[in-house]
Amino acid sequence: MSSVFGTIVARDLLLAARRRIDALLPIAFFVVAVSLFPLGVGPEPQMLRQMAAGVVWVCALLAAMLSLTAMYGADYADGSLEQMLLSGESGFSIASAKALAHWLITGVPLVVAAPLFGLLFDLSGPALLALTLSLLLGTPILSLLGGLGAALTLGLRSGGVLLILLILPLCIPALIFGTGAVSAVESGLSARAHYSLLGALLIASGLLVPWATAAALRIAVE
Amino acid sequence: MRYGSGCDPLCTAPVPAPFPNAALVGPLALAARGLACQRGDRLLFQALDFELRDGQILWLRGANGRGKTSLLRLVAGLSRPAAGTIERPGVHAERRMVYIAHANALKDDLSALENLQFLARLHGDDDGEAPCSEALRRFGLLSRRRAAVRTLSQGQRRRVALARLLLARPQTLWVLDEPFDALDTEGIATLDEVLAAHARAGGAVVLTSHLELTVHDPEPVCLQLDAVAVQ
Repeated sequence: MSSVFGTIVARDLLLAARRRIDALLPIAFFVVAVSLFPLGVGPEPQMLRQMAAGVVWVCALLAAMLSLTAMYGADYADGSLEQMLLSGESGFSIASAKALAHWLITGVPLVVAAPLFGLLFDLSGPALLALTLSLLLGTPILSLLGGLGAALTLGLRSGGVLLILLILPLCIPALIFGTGAVSAVESGLSARAHYSLLGALLIASGLLVPWATAAALRIAVE
Repeated sequence: MRYGSGCDPLCTAPVPAPFPNAALVGPLALAARGLACQRGDRLLFQALDFELRDGQILWLRGANGRGKTSLLRLVAGLSRPAAGTIERPGVHAERRMVYIAHANALKDDLSALENLQFLARLHGDDDGEAPCSEALRRFGLLSRRRAAVRTLSQGQRRRVALARLLLARPQTLWVLDEPFDALDTEGIATLDEVLAAHARAGGAVVLTSHLELTVHDPEPVCLQLDAVAVQ
């Protein structure tokens, strides 16, 4: 890992620690949204168990979207992004560092909180494990794709809406395989195929998306 | 080429010879040939040729909207020219260049010292606390170094951004967009000293300024963009 990579990740984490309220917003949204479902659809355990994975995954997806506009927006506005691109480090490395920092700040808390909400929905032990594992593999994909959307919509006036329209469709495969893993375990099947597909998605987006993000950043700065 | 006395009458800098202190002037630091710049569908300037050698300070002048900032961004490599080429023989892997834009690239929530250390680390300069504190001391911010940038005034923020110059390796190319902006007399005097010392040590500077430059050793070379503007 290059020093620039580590420097950017460390700075983003420090900034998140300084603005704790902003950093906690996605996780607060996640908690509130997930808790509202049992109230809205009724406390029928069988139904809650069935929809648990979908609810947790969709809320995680939306929570990850919440903080995306700020991912490059602030750095773009104050000139930090130009300085990063002039550091001599590849755009790939910069985009990966930003995505990793975003995942550490929003993705990891979601992964940690998910089992608690699984309990709320009366999920069984193996299903809880499947939910956590699928989020662990899936949330970095959301951060990577979200970074691409954030870079593509940099400097646009209504970038936030466009960002969600651009990125949500790309996140659908992760959502399908993530919830599929939990359903498979619930019905007594192996979830290995789902994990493999999620892992493949993660590797592919880890290798390809930062290139696209770097290109989008160069265009935005120019 | 439009240097010094070759500038049009708008350039009121103390008239320098085409290459002042020519004996001290070193190898080529920056050269533009047939440069043209386009913003949107407007051509800002074209057929611009100039050279900058180590030990020189190049002062870009021109009315608002003439493309001074755009030219600096071309020089920094952040955008591509519509025509022509830019050579930066001294800039290896872009690390031997310091670009300070109009925006200070500071984070409101970090302290002056943390911001400076981040920028130094990003560019592979010395990011130790001692040299960074020393750089802030030169710009009169030692007592405010732990203060969040949010609490600093515009001029103080500019000083933090400029303190990075003192951490850069010698003989780098400095590309400064309105560095004197928001600075008080004392800040201008400090920056003058820093610029002059850098040039005398064999570094090159290209800057824009609406104010008359008060740095005199070496005498800045003037490049008037009004003369190459596309009407």
